[in-house]
Amino acid sequence: MTDSTKSERHPADAEPGAAAAPSGPQDPKTPAEPRSDSKVVRIGDRVFHSVATGSGVFVIALIAAIGLFLLIRAIPSLQANEVSFLFSREWQAGDPDNLRFGIIDLAWITVASSLVALVLAMPTAFGISLFLTQYAPRSLARPFAYVVDLLAAVPSVIYGLWGFLVLTPVISPVAVWLNTNLGWIPLFADGNIPVGTGSNVFVAGIVLAVMILPIITGVTREVFERTPTVQIEGALALGATKWEVVRTTVWPFGRNGFIGGSMLGLGRALGETVALTVILSATQEAPSYSIFDAGATFASKIALGSAEFNNNMTVGAYISAGLVLFVTTFAVNALARWIEGRSGKGKE
Amino acid sequence: MAKRLDIQDLNLHYGKFHAVQDVSLQVHARGVTAFIGPSGCGKSTVLRALNRMHEVIAGARVEGKVLLDGEDVYASNVDPVQVRRTIGMVFQRANPFPTMSIRDNVVAGLKLAGEKNKKHLDEVAERSLRSANLWEEVKDRLNKPGGSLSGGQQQRLCIARAVAVQPDVLLMDEPCSALDPISTLAIEDLIAELKKDYTIVIVTHNMQQAARVSDQTAFFNLRAVGEPGQLVEIEETGKIFSNPNQKATEDYISGRFG
Ligand SMILES: Nc1ncnc2c1ncn2[C@@H]1O[C@H](COP(=O)(O)OP(=O)(O)OP(=O)(O)O)[C@@H](O)[C@H]1O
Ligand SMILES: [Mg+2]
Repeated sequence: MTDSTKSERHPADAEPGAAAAPSGPQDPKTPAEPRSDSKVVRIGDRVFHSVATGSGVFVIALIAAIGLFLLIRAIPSLQANEVSFLFSREWQAGDPDNLRFGIIDLAWITVASSLVALVLAMPTAFGISLFLTQYAPRSLARPFAYVVDLLAAVPSVIYGLWGFLVLTPVISPVAVWLNTNLGWIPLFADGNIPVGTGSNVFVAGIVLAVMILPIITGVTREVFERTPTVQIEGALALGATKWEVVRTTVWPFGRNGFIGGSMLGLGRALGETVALTVILSATQEAPSYSIFDAGATFASKIALGSAEFNNNMTVGAYISAGLVLFVTTFAVNALARWIEGRSGKGKE
Repeated sequence: MAKRLDIQDLNLHYGKFHAVQDVSLQVHARGVTAFIGPSGCGKSTVLRALNRMHEVIAGARVEGKVLLDGEDVYASNVDPVQVRRTIGMVFQRANPFPTMSIRDNVVAGLKLAGEKNKKHLDEVAERSLRSANLWEEVKDRLNKPGGSLSGGQQQRLCIARAVAVQPDVLLMDEPCSALDPISTLAIEDLIAELKKDYTIVIVTHNMQQAARVSDQTAFFNLRAVGEPGQLVEIEETGKIFSNPNQKATEDYISGRFG
């Protein structure tokens, strides 16, 4: 199983035609290796090397340019801001001569809905990946995995409508129960809209959980599948049960991949716009820092603000919020890749 | 507590492929039985059937009986997990748990069986590492990860891990094939030591090794590629290497095979 996965993953290793190779360009061995028939291969290598390096540099430059653009547009508005950008709960960006905008409430709604999503999606994705790779028979695993992947193909506006129209009434008894019994915890206290009827952060988190499930499951499934067979058999031969095999081999090998995949999902959730605009826009009231709040995330605030985009200072205020989101998602994704990359270490 | 194995009419399949046909043989307690034969004749397959590791491969099937001191390990009321606890296994490629410490690797089986007493675990770790001739080399770094040892040390760690649970039988599938001559000799000495207490079955491609370590030798062969492997004969090792009953055996051990 392991071997076949590997050869699928690195088809380029077997073939010298490097122009077709999708693997990293910075492999120093390939061009340095002396070969008798190397003339053609080397040209191919060199072309591939420059193309790959070129596109890599281009992507990085593009990202840097976007960041720079955001920063340049944001600075004048930030300087004109009358209140603390990071800690103010106001958002009055319409009047260019009296800009009062702060992101703390946006950050709350964004982070809270994403964290609710993670709390729900991580264990679910873990369970599904474990089931698909360790327990399910092959005939069942493939179609099931396919269905999970299909979740990623649903447009997010559909998720938004589904959350608003279908999920909210279905889930409200749970929300009421949490509010009644655990209301003494600030997180579950009354929000800025009625708990029983509202589309709130709690609903948004559930919807986001469904949306990021395919991302987390996809990554986790793959790292779980890569657990070396010799390790699994070693544990079995010691008299490990299926679950103990998971604990002693699959989990230590796949842990970083699982966490990395979850961070990727988090990055996706933080930036989600349309679904949350549909679900959370019921009120303009300031949130009371409960998961039963509604309100705006960074992304939905910007989307909803487009009517005001009639002068540079106002646009700059929204761009400042966008910049924060950009940096956060970028950092989360980078962290995800880094953690995920570490999961391969110490293997074999 | 060493026990004997009695294999009766064993037939092993991988899906539709009939890998091993009609194998019957006896493995004596407190002794070493070697399995030899050309590549692909089913030695590993038979070995893995003895502790029910065969069935973890998707589509693999077993027919026949494997009696451990008279008790069929394939009886319907027997838990395969329990079988694997009493019949230990060492693999061709050393497979310690790379992130677990050396000590935890050794006692992994005991921990799985529910042993929690730290003092007892430490004692078992030391005893097992000593009996695997590894104690002197690792006693100062028991908390280092198992993956930090050399290949030969890792294999001895795996042997220590297997003997730590005091199995009735110890199965070894080419345990020295990835090792240098010195480590190989160390493990052969170890086998000679272990057979006082354990029943050992070893698969090997190394004729000298079979001759050196084993008391009886089973020769497996296959008539043609794609045909199931069969047991040609099993005899006391001295006889197999000096005066085998079958022509095929003699051809194989004298290198005139194929
Ligand atoms: N997981 C598997 N799935 C399908 N067929 C297998 C599997 N493992 C082994 N076989 C087949 O079963 C037959 C016996 O294999 P086995 O590994 O037991 O041979 P062996 O005698 O141990 O060979 P070697 O000396 O090379 O280790 C071979 O034809 C092999 O291709
Ligand atoms: Mg083999």
